[in-house]
Amino acid sequence: MSSHPVSGRPDLVAPAIELRGISKSFGPVRANRDIDLSIAKGEIHGIVGENGAGKSTLMEILYGHYSADAGQIFIDGRETPIPNSEAAIRAGIGMVHQHFMLVENFTVLENVVLGAEDGSLLAPSLVRARTLLGELAHEYELEVDPKAVIEDLSVGLQQRVEILKALYRNADILILDEPTGVLTPSEADHLFRILRNLRNQGKTILLITHKLREIMDVTDSVSVMRRGELVATLRTSETSPEELAELMVGRKVLLRVEKQPCQPGDILLDVENLSVTDRNGLRRLKEISFNVRAGEIFGIAGVAGNGQSELLAVLGGITSGSGNVRVKGAEIEVERADGQSRRAAGIAHVPEDRHRLGLIMEFAQWENSVFGYHVVDRYCRRFGLTNRRTIFEAAEAKIEKYDIRPANRNLSASRFSGGNQQKIVISREFERDPDILIVGQPTRGVDIGAIEFIHRQIVALRDAGKAILLISVELDEILSLTDRVAVMFDGSISSDELTSRTDERELGLLMAGLAHDFETAREHMSPGQSSSAESGR
Amino acid sequence: MNDRTRGWIRLFLVPFLNLVLAFVVAGLVVLMIGENPLRALRILLTGALGSSYGIGYTLYYATSFTFTGLAVAIAFHGSLFNIGGEGQAGVAGIGVAVVCLSIVGDTHWVLAFPLAIAGAAFAGAAWAAIPAYLQASRGSHVVITTIMFNFIASALLVYLLVNVLKVEGSMAPESRKFGDGARMPFMHELAGWIGIRISRTPMNISFLLAVACTFLTWVLIWRTRLGYEIRAFGQSETAAVYAGISPVRITMATMLLSGGMAGLMALNTVMGEASRLVLDAVQGAGFVGIAVALIGRSHPVGVFLAAILFGILYQGGAELAFEMPAISREMIVVIQALVILFTGALENLVRFPVEGFLRKFREAGN
Repeated sequence: MSSHPVSGRPDLVAPAIELRGISKSFGPVRANRDIDLSIAKGEIHGIVGENGAGKSTLMEILYGHYSADAGQIFIDGRETPIPNSEAAIRAGIGMVHQHFMLVENFTVLENVVLGAEDGSLLAPSLVRARTLLGELAHEYELEVDPKAVIEDLSVGLQQRVEILKALYRNADILILDEPTGVLTPSEADHLFRILRNLRNQGKTILLITHKLREIMDVTDSVSVMRRGELVATLRTSETSPEELAELMVGRKVLLRVEKQPCQPGDILLDVENLSVTDRNGLRRLKEISFNVRAGEIFGIAGVAGNGQSELLAVLGGITSGSGNVRVKGAEIEVERADGQSRRAAGIAHVPEDRHRLGLIMEFAQWENSVFGYHVVDRYCRRFGLTNRRTIFEAAEAKIEKYDIRPANRNLSASRFSGGNQQKIVISREFERDPDILIVGQPTRGVDIGAIEFIHRQIVALRDAGKAILLISVELDEILSLTDRVAVMFDGSISSDELTSRTDERELGLLMAGLAHDFETAREHMSPGQSSSAESGR
Repeated sequence: MNDRTRGWIRLFLVPFLNLVLAFVVAGLVVLMIGENPLRALRILLTGALGSSYGIGYTLYYATSFTFTGLAVAIAFHGSLFNIGGEGQAGVAGIGVAVVCLSIVGDTHWVLAFPLAIAGAAFAGAAWAAIPAYLQASRGSHVVITTIMFNFIASALLVYLLVNVLKVEGSMAPESRKFGDGARMPFMHELAGWIGIRISRTPMNISFLLAVACTFLTWVLIWRTRLGYEIRAFGQSETAAVYAGISPVRITMATMLLSGGMAGLMALNTVMGEASRLVLDAVQGAGFVGIAVALIGRSHPVGVFLAAILFGILYQGGAELAFEMPAISREMIVVIQALVILFTGALENLVRFPVEGFLRKFREAGN
């Protein structure tokens, strides 16, 4: 933990940012409690914590979106009140939000200048920006075509535009909120190179993430937040992922999933030439074929937006498609979007977006606990009435078994934390004892403690002989959970490979679309790397 | 604060305070035109509730508003805004008339009543079916189509009453009087049979049907599978599709139920009060139903209470306009508008302070 510097003497090396006693409450929720934090100039500082630990609130206070109830902010040793984001920009703070704040149909140049024009005429600022962009691109590997329109750019490039925007506004302190969530591994590597370059030029970088690996890779120091409090600030070189995880959760956590070798049985889910065309006539899935056997977890990796959502939707009966899907040898009607027929065939679906799909946020836990299965005989009585007693009992049993907190079946879903919301969905789908389980992003926005629990449940279902299709953008999750893996890119799927025979780099190449199957991915890699892939994990 | 107390505050305490606020502002308006607001309030309340005559009329109006209010509330739960209660009730009047006119001779009303219910519900639902289908399959918004169908319904009614159903030689656009077999007992008759004497009013047994429908709507929304699906669909269409609930089916079912419920209103006016099909049997109750559903927060009990409130405003307002000539009919409309404004649209005006106050109160108690 760095010591408190003496303020009022900015001539000495004052920390770039110093927070003293920052507190912020939202009604009864204390999002930040008495936070003291000091970050040295020219450092990459990571902030980790579970969802709801208060990381984002703290950053929004620093960027002037919220004002703290108590506490002071010092920038370069000078007390700097930050009531709004203009003040933050003036103080040299720039922020790259998780969801980009770009005008989709403007060019890169226009976006960079937007809000920072020199006068009422655009031309001078555009000229100035173009020169500056050229210099920045050169200096920090931040190449983007200034004339390109944002919507044509990949997510990784859009993120670069966000960084350029901040630098154009003379940011010396850059805050990045979960920057790698939408990037391929190679894009993420590039981002980290940019960040290191920025740091070497004396910029201070604050990186908010929940991925411990990134913290270990790129940061110089790291702070851990838990339940609104800053529990520790450590030198990255002196800590380990295990220690950080323990600090985040407050107890020991198993980061690796413990599982027995897979014993695959019969093919339960057989997908052949499955295609999906969206409303605009775009082909989102291009004749995909794969199968999943009993007792195995088949993983599909890929950067978000390459057809995974469409695959989940068509298998779950949310949308229609064409091709053949056989469940235990019996054909299901993919041409008809009907979730009930899929459930009847023995498919349970944990959707990737629990807010939009998996839950009715206003419904109580007990109402959500039968959502999609409310037509099942057990839950119904004569005259179309619901059998509340059996539903209540089942709901309470799920709360008990899955340790859903608070243990109150009458609470609406919106009042549970992300992890517990996901447990409501998972308990509902898993307890149906399905033959086939399709799972999308099971741990998105879920805290570490719950991730551990959910992973164990998935493995337990596999060991019970279920066929599990796991679609995730988290490579770590794919690598640690699945038995066999394939990668989706642009609506197509690569050949599959035993998870034990591949690694992150190989998957990364496939995710970036640089290879179409594992063999070519291996050819792309240098001999040294491919041998490590052959030797397995 | 647990969910249940919060629900009670939302459903009863807050609307009540809103109502008080509405009356205070209405009182100021009355004061501005130089009348005594307290006297006005007294006339309004005694006019509506001070006698069995007043109560009879109040509940007669409330009956109509309950049906149309429940209709809007059912649709609200499915996130559908059925503004077509007016048209659906109007067409339901034709349904009632067809049933009642074809009942000849001395049938007992106990037989005629269920038939008329079926006729009303069927015709109302049928009138809602076309907008429902257009929304479900083509995405044409029901707000637009149901409004359009109100006009079509009124034109249809005029055509039928002028050209088809009008009694020959009569100048009035109305059907012939229904036969004795199709006459529904008035409440004062019903009370008379058990030895209670109350004034003659148009209040009839469809009031009891309205009470029953209030209960049945509650059962439908919170105790049936269909109600569960309607609510799920109303909260999140994407999640409903995930759960295998067909949007087309739910949109149709919700609108048919809503239209049928609005249709039942015709029993009260056409079969109950007029005993014949008249041109303006609905008298704006379809639109009042929207306000009633808003004020009642789409809860059947809330709707029923709001319907009675509007019954009081209608009946008491008529008395008020009669007793205090300075207060015109338009003034009564202003008062009604204030009630809608405060209880329907400005809910949060009172709710947030009240909830905040109660929270503080509890914290202080702990």
